[in-house]
Amino acid sequence: MTALSPEVSSGQMLLGDEALAFGAIDAGISAAYAYPGTPSTEITETLIAEAERTGAFHASWCANEKTAFEAALGVSMVGGRALVSMKHVGLNVAMDPFMNAVLTGLHGGVVLAVADDPGMHSSQNEQDSRGLAEFARTICLEPATQQEAYEMAREAFELSERFKLPVVLRLVTRLCHGRAAVLRRAPRAPNATRPQRGLLPHPNGHDSLRSHAPRQSAALPVSFGSTPPENQRWARRFSGVVEQRDPKSWILLPANARRLWREVLAQEPEVLHWSGTSGFNQLHLGDDDRGLGVITTGTARNHYFENLVDLGFTPSHLHLGAYPFPAELVRSLAAKVDRLLVLEEGQPLVETRLRGLLTPSLTILGKLPGQTPDGTPLDPVLSFDGELTPGTVRQALGLAPLPTTDPAKAGALPMRPPQLCQGCPHRDAYAALGELRAKHPDLVVAGDIGCYTLGALPPYQGLDSCVCMGASVGMAKGAADAGAEHVIAVIGDSTFLHSGVTPLMDAVAADTPMTLLVLDNQTVAMTGTQPTVLSDTRFGPIITGLGVAPEHCHVVTAHPKLQHEIALLIEREVEHRGISVIVVQRECIVAAQKHKSERKAASQDHPEDQR
Amino acid sequence: MKTDIVLCGVGGQGVLSVAAIVAAAALRQGLHVKQGEVHGMSQRGGAVQAGLRISSGVIYSDLIPEGGGDLILSLEPVEALRYLHLLGPEGQVMAAAEPFENIPDYPDLESIHARIRALPGGHLVEAERLAKEAHNPRASNVVMIGAATPWLRIEPALLEAEIRSHFARKGERVVETCLKAFQLGRAASGIVVA
Repeated sequence: MTALSPEVSSGQMLLGDEALAFGAIDAGISAAYAYPGTPSTEITETLIAEAERTGAFHASWCANEKTAFEAALGVSMVGGRALVSMKHVGLNVAMDPFMNAVLTGLHGGVVLAVADDPGMHSSQNEQDSRGLAEFARTICLEPATQQEAYEMAREAFELSERFKLPVVLRLVTRLCHGRAAVLRRAPRAPNATRPQRGLLPHPNGHDSLRSHAPRQSAALPVSFGSTPPENQRWARRFSGVVEQRDPKSWILLPANARRLWREVLAQEPEVLHWSGTSGFNQLHLGDDDRGLGVITTGTARNHYFENLVDLGFTPSHLHLGAYPFPAELVRSLAAKVDRLLVLEEGQPLVETRLRGLLTPSLTILGKLPGQTPDGTPLDPVLSFDGELTPGTVRQALGLAPLPTTDPAKAGALPMRPPQLCQGCPHRDAYAALGELRAKHPDLVVAGDIGCYTLGALPPYQGLDSCVCMGASVGMAKGAADAGAEHVIAVIGDSTFLHSGVTPLMDAVAADTPMTLLVLDNQTVAMTGTQPTVLSDTRFGPIITGLGVAPEHCHVVTAHPKLQHEIALLIEREVEHRGISVIVVQRECIVAAQKHKSERKAASQDHPEDQR
Repeated sequence: MKTDIVLCGVGGQGVLSVAAIVAAAALRQGLHVKQGEVHGMSQRGGAVQAGLRISSGVIYSDLIPEGGGDLILSLEPVEALRYLHLLGPEGQVMAAAEPFENIPDYPDLESIHARIRALPGGHLVEAERLAKEAHNPRASNVVMIGAATPWLRIEPALLEAEIRSHFARKGERVVETCLKAFQLGRAASGIVVA
């Protein structure tokens, strides 16, 4: 094997998520916020670790994606750059601040990193966030490689400040969780923020193990040596920005919002000109394309290049990494070819645009049915659902599949779905719930999102629903309102804090006859044991503070020995004709093991602590 | 040249450690590497698969093409058979022999072993037994790295160095037993590549 070029061998092997995080750091963020969600979690894990190490910016988990986005807007209002990260369905929660941020005329750049999950590896749907960026009429960047995730994160902040728009960075699972060598460039200093009070320290929450981490003084701005030119420009423009800028731009009263919306729309030709000339969009018209044009977006380009060597010729190719949709580039490609294959991860958003845009003399191949110029119907060449693979793209290009080892040689194999860990406290809660279900077949159990959703699978089969974060509480209320007699909502501790408290208010207001089971494992387990935003010691005051009667609010320990006792308690409260809450508590077994080994490592690092 | 490796097993068996060690060694050898990982829900005791792509040239896709796989390296016998569609006709299957039985309908182990042996490139390694012999029952995954060495086309010394650095945090005893596990795995594959 031959040696690599030096720049590749000197790069760090980074996940796409990590590359994006370092891009944001090197773009000079003042703060980063998120709620954990696969496949986006490692962005903020990286940022929190770096914030603790350097003290140069603030990074923290938030109650949910909406509060995270709003915190980022606050950073922008006083002039700083902020990154907010979430998974695709998290953006549904954050849509309100996201849509309205477009109008505010941001001060510091705001970048939304949103990780889609085509193929639903760890999600309840496969919505395509590019569509939401278009809906909000803002810019979207779609990296194809880990290096591009880094570069685009940096560029996104420049664009956000240039166009005063929250810029979307759209990732997909395979990029988020794929590692490749990434090179960092010289960092840019953070914006000067007003007032010049400095950053709030990073919150340690209740994770006291982290208090060993050295923290520098929190003053801003942090010096990175020479100031890059773009920062000098920004600094000139920024100086006194809060005083100089339109003071009404953050006050979205109708009179202001109408004007601001017109400004956003008036700017659109300029934004479109930018995407039409951006280096992230690349058009190559081939001499020997045999009438075939290929459009790729984001990571679909990788699968296309993977197969190109076997094609025997080089189609004309347009790669899209930056939106809004650059119609002129597409027209240039379409004018040269008579067949156009569209390869995009997610929904056929580009393809749908084309089918309205181009003349019927062009044959379009993609995820939607179409027709040839003479009107012959054409089937889709790619599946609408699921993710692209080198193999599906190969087939769409008309290439024969690569030969494989015969899969039939495997014989019949059992499925091995994910399951609750041995020793998981949720097992004890579901065992208790199982006793009750056996006794009351009419029991309605609305479930929620987290590790405990696995209780819906055998052997427990303890849940009737799993829809979205917090839905268990509202759905249980609805079922009770509609006359169901024995109703339970099952929610995890972090999901309760994310979206369970507000629907509990509805149930308290109506004194709905239902029982809320909070399966409290004292961590955000599914995404890798991040700390919850508040300790569960606050649950009692929160629940009784909302108005749940103290005699119908219980905290019990999850334990195999207590299974029957818990079942009886749930039964008693389900029979009660009003709202009740039972917190079933024990630390996640994975988190407990992790904390044990962290304590062990800490005592080895700091032997003096043991004295 | 390129080596596309399908790493598989059950969540919690240490598939990602195998990926990290082999990827780091390949980088040290000056090769291009792309490594796909598994996070989130599937990690919880379910079937897991990660792709490790190593090449002297540019690697495009994060995924191993169907039929492009050169090696299936499995920490569990049933899981070794789950991804044959990714393996080329000449591909090798290197599987740990001991089952991970966390499902009610786990098939007859002899039948699974027979199916693996019947593959043209099928090999079974008693990874757990060898890990215990190395005085580190948790090092089955390191045994499997050793057993796969003839097909990884990476200098064994580089793999050893990465095993050392990967486990350094856990103390010298763990490092030594892991290196022993690696050597026992190499010997067990029974294949010497000059």
